[in-house]
Amino acid sequence: MSATHTILNLPDQRTATLPKRTYINNEDGLLSWLFTGDHKRIAMLYLISITFFFFIGGAFAGLIRLELLTPQPDLVAADTYNKFFSMHGIVMIFLFLVPSVPATLGNFLIPIMIGTKDLAFPKINLLSWYLYWIGGLFTLAALVLGGVDTGWTFTTPLSTHYLNTHVVTAATGVFIIGFSSIFTGLNFIVTIHRMRAPGMTWFRMPLFCWSNYAASILMVLGTPVLAITLVLVGLERLVGIGVFDPTKGGDPLLFQHLFWFYSHPAVYIMILPGMGVISEVISTFSRKRVFGYTAVAFSSVAIALFGFFVWAHHMFIMGVSNYSALVFSLLTMLVAVPSAIKIFNWAFTLQKGSITFETPMLYAFGFLGLFTIGGMTGVFLGALGMDIHLTETYFIVAHFHFVMVGGMLMAFLAGVHFWWPKMTGRMYPESLSKLAAVTTFIGFNLTFLPQFILGYLGMPRRYHAYPQEFQVLNVLSTAGATVLGVGYMLPLLYLAWSLKYGAIAGNNPWQATGLEWQIQSPPLTENFIEIPIVDHEAYDYEWLEHKTAQEVTTVG
Amino acid sequence: MDNVTVATHPHTHETAVAAEHQHVALPQHRHHFETEEQQREAGTFGMWLFLLTEIMFFGGLFFAYLLYRNWYNPAFVVSSNQLSIPLGAANTAILIASGFFMALGVWAAEVRKKGLLLLFLVLTTVFGLAFLGIKAVEYHEKWEKHHIPGASFDVSQFINPQAYGLKEKPLAPDMAQKTQVFFFLYFAMTGMHAFHMIIGIVLLFWLMWRANRGEFSSGYVAPIENFGLYWHFVDIVWIFLFPLLYLINRHPV
Repeated sequence: MSATHTILNLPDQRTATLPKRTYINNEDGLLSWLFTGDHKRIAMLYLISITFFFFIGGAFAGLIRLELLTPQPDLVAADTYNKFFSMHGIVMIFLFLVPSVPATLGNFLIPIMIGTKDLAFPKINLLSWYLYWIGGLFTLAALVLGGVDTGWTFTTPLSTHYLNTHVVTAATGVFIIGFSSIFTGLNFIVTIHRMRAPGMTWFRMPLFCWSNYAASILMVLGTPVLAITLVLVGLERLVGIGVFDPTKGGDPLLFQHLFWFYSHPAVYIMILPGMGVISEVISTFSRKRVFGYTAVAFSSVAIALFGFFVWAHHMFIMGVSNYSALVFSLLTMLVAVPSAIKIFNWAFTLQKGSITFETPMLYAFGFLGLFTIGGMTGVFLGALGMDIHLTETYFIVAHFHFVMVGGMLMAFLAGVHFWWPKMTGRMYPESLSKLAAVTTFIGFNLTFLPQFILGYLGMPRRYHAYPQEFQVLNVLSTAGATVLGVGYMLPLLYLAWSLKYGAIAGNNPWQATGLEWQIQSPPLTENFIEIPIVDHEAYDYEWLEHKTAQEVTTVG
Repeated sequence: MDNVTVATHPHTHETAVAAEHQHVALPQHRHHFETEEQQREAGTFGMWLFLLTEIMFFGGLFFAYLLYRNWYNPAFVVSSNQLSIPLGAANTAILIASGFFMALGVWAAEVRKKGLLLLFLVLTTVFGLAFLGIKAVEYHEKWEKHHIPGASFDVSQFINPQAYGLKEKPLAPDMAQKTQVFFFLYFAMTGMHAFHMIIGIVLLFWLMWRANRGEFSSGYVAPIENFGLYWHFVDIVWIFLFPLLYLINRHPV
């Protein structure tokens, strides 16, 4: 790790200072944060909130892995175990993954990237954070009052007829969080359509904006369907309306259709913004324009579009007609094409690039490998015959953890490290963060690769006991989870440390091209003193070189 | 400290300021929008997107209706006959009138006539409340006939229509049970619609209060326009509900 192999360019630490006036110190006091309209402050509020819920969800993951250390059901009773994995799923999906990149990095960066002062509706943006917390408190209430054991899917008739836990409380929580996500998406779409700076055409936008735009479409169109479905589940439980109850003529499968109509696109809500982060990081650390920019941009929209027509692949074994299963299987394989386009284009971006291995890039490499495995196994599961063998086994668990944790969480951490100097004005300790990235990668693979094998051998998901012969792989998986836990604790510690003691980062530590790197770190409340006029494409490193050569001011 | 911009064009602070001063800035103009035009467009666009989410929200219910109507057509037909066409038609007319006055209200705001705007907003509200009143009468009738899904739901009218003086073919008991699905969807769809109307009427009172203070009489009409979009959307939902629930296929062979 010699100094020559990095593009990191920090100002002289003996003379460097943080800017006098920034969005952080513009106003003082807790209330100035709680009633702020500034997208950057709201992003920071979100970052703190989702980190809190991430560690709650993570604690449940730890408990699950601890129970599965031995084949015997020795740590907790079966229904407690059910509550563990339900709470793990609900918290991780609705309170962490869905808002992770959009509500934190997206909120912070999209207005700056397109050259405007704020999102279109700052008050709605703040409302979205409050809704997130109200929903989060409902979820926590369900947990404290005794838990919920439906799984995150609220499957009927289990959730409506056979359980005596706090389903309605948890569903209310998810309903409210849904509106928080709708408002975020709505804000992004309007902002990207109406607020771009002069010269910032659609095809000059950074790919991060494109992918968040695509995810926003999914949020706006998909989430309301989840909302009405949860209303129906609640009514079914409280009043017994019969719409999902076969004894009254209702159809439990209707619930599945409505639920997955949201929840499959929700997978793309979770992964698309992460793909945007990867585009930015890979371009910056290989000093090249993203190969096939237009293809990558449109593949985001294509994923959003196709994502709406694959939901029934969650229902192959639930008695849908063979013909519709065939069509949905085909469409599922089609949606792999735009994802593959992205992977190939990132690979070609790397080709002949001047690659350096800073922390965000390490996470991005982790993403590339793990997301590819996660995506490919998704194609296995989309194939009808394989799906019948593998569905409801640990293969599924491993598959979506590769996409969600190996993909999205890696991308999220890549993004947090990449933009940390911009958000806080300070650098984190480089060697420690590299250690964390490598630890995460090793821990992740140790946790979830054995689960592919377990699933293929037929170990079903959602059981707290298993036959003796599965123990070795389960012990490996639990050991991996421990390593993974360390990998996630490290950034929490050193990022907090860096807030006070980190090196001053300067405006553009990575020599990156985005508009966000051309302003001070941390930015002013109004982002730009003067709205920029954009006359170059995204990832134009020659433009950057030219601009830097002309500058006479010293950095700092 | 310095905030480096990427401007390489001859775009200076002076020209930007001059352009801004060509028209009088409204007090409602928010700082993060470059122009009022941009603010207005963003607001309207946001409202349309919100209505899109509303369509998806109601879409789930319409989908359920479509499915169960196909499965339990006889039960749906017989239950549909229980709804009163005169009341439904009157409500349709009333809601269209309310929407008409809303449209006039938008016009009154655009031509900056405060008195007319207030009048039209009041009329919009009165017709909206009339709709809800008639809906309440209809709901009450269902209550008396035990047609509200739940424990007190009674299917005897559909099993033995003659005894109740109805000119319907009797339904088999298992099909008669399915009328409950119809009535649930009826209450869910019209109830969700009524809920949107109640929210709208609360907003109308707020807008009337603001209009009375003269907020919309000086060229700033965005809230009136956007509320108008919402109110028309609520109308349109009813325009679909009325035929689906009351009208189609009332007298099968």
